[in-house]
Amino acid sequence: MKTYLVKVVIENKASARDPEGETILKDLLIKGGYDQIRVVRTAKLLKMWVDAETGEDAKEITSKLCDELRVYNPVAHTCSISLDGE
Amino acid sequence: MKVAVIQFPGSNCDLDTLHVLNDIMKIRADLVWHRCEDLSGYDGVVLPGGFSYGDRLRGGIIAAHSPIMREVKRMAKDGYPVLGICNGFQILVEAGLLSGALLRNSSLKFVCKWVNLSVVSLRSIFTNDLKRYSLLKMPIAHNEGRYFIEEGDLKELYDMDQIVLKYVDGDGRATDEANPNGSMDNIAGICNTEGNVLGLMPHPERASERILSPFGSDDGRSIFTSMIEYMRRR
Repeated sequence: MKTYLVKVVIENKASARDPEGETILKDLLIKGGYDQIRVVRTAKLLKMWVDAETGEDAKEITSKLCDELRVYNPVAHTCSISLDGE
Repeated sequence: MKVAVIQFPGSNCDLDTLHVLNDIMKIRADLVWHRCEDLSGYDGVVLPGGFSYGDRLRGGIIAAHSPIMREVKRMAKDGYPVLGICNGFQILVEAGLLSGALLRNSSLKFVCKWVNLSVVSLRSIFTNDLKRYSLLKMPIAHNEGRYFIEEGDLKELYDMDQIVLKYVDGDGRATDEANPNGSMDNIAGICNTEGNVLGLMPHPERASERILSPFGSDDGRSIFTSMIEYMRRR
């Protein structure tokens, strides 16, 4: 059994506006001269240290708890899960 | 006839709601701690406003897993009135009793002000004693009140007449200027398909006494009056 660092990223679906990302883009990046940047989307990152036999098992446990406990709201959010370093 | 007002860690409109039910509406209401697992004997339930669990992760999600919510779901299923105000609305959404999501306000600011609301549906048992398109004045105070739902599901809400309240201007028009938080279609409150579960961001309990309103109005009372009438008829 090892401890794996699993990262959970929760963000608004593309159909739900992200006013924080819009403000960062418009009022910080573009005004700061970085007009190559087209879109900014903010997200919430949860880092979970998970005891499991394999990295895949750690991801599976994390995915299950995110669905079961509604860590993200499937109506408005997408949720992506990855192992640290992936 | 009695109503349970649920207290979660971080609720802060529980005593206001209790006061309105007990002292203004003159019905018995009790505060019930969220770890309670039995609401038998109650005829209705209110999830009050506040910041349950400090809005950690997002408003309402942790409270939605409280032991009391099994009973709230049972009461909703059995046709009892279930009212969620502000954080209570967020909890109902996260518990799956109402559809959609409440996202951070589009202004990224906490918004605290009086708004005009139009009663766009009489389907809910909380508005069926009102006239369609009547205007109500109530205050809002929230950071995560931007109602969101996918377009297809929004159509279903319209088809099933579940959109109960909209933010409007003084003439009853749902304009962008009258929308305080960027809610889809100016939605301020929705009900379930049966009409016995209502969630709304505005605070009827803060608008139930003329002395508390800058307009001398007590429009919030109508929500509680309709709820009580329904409980009497049941």
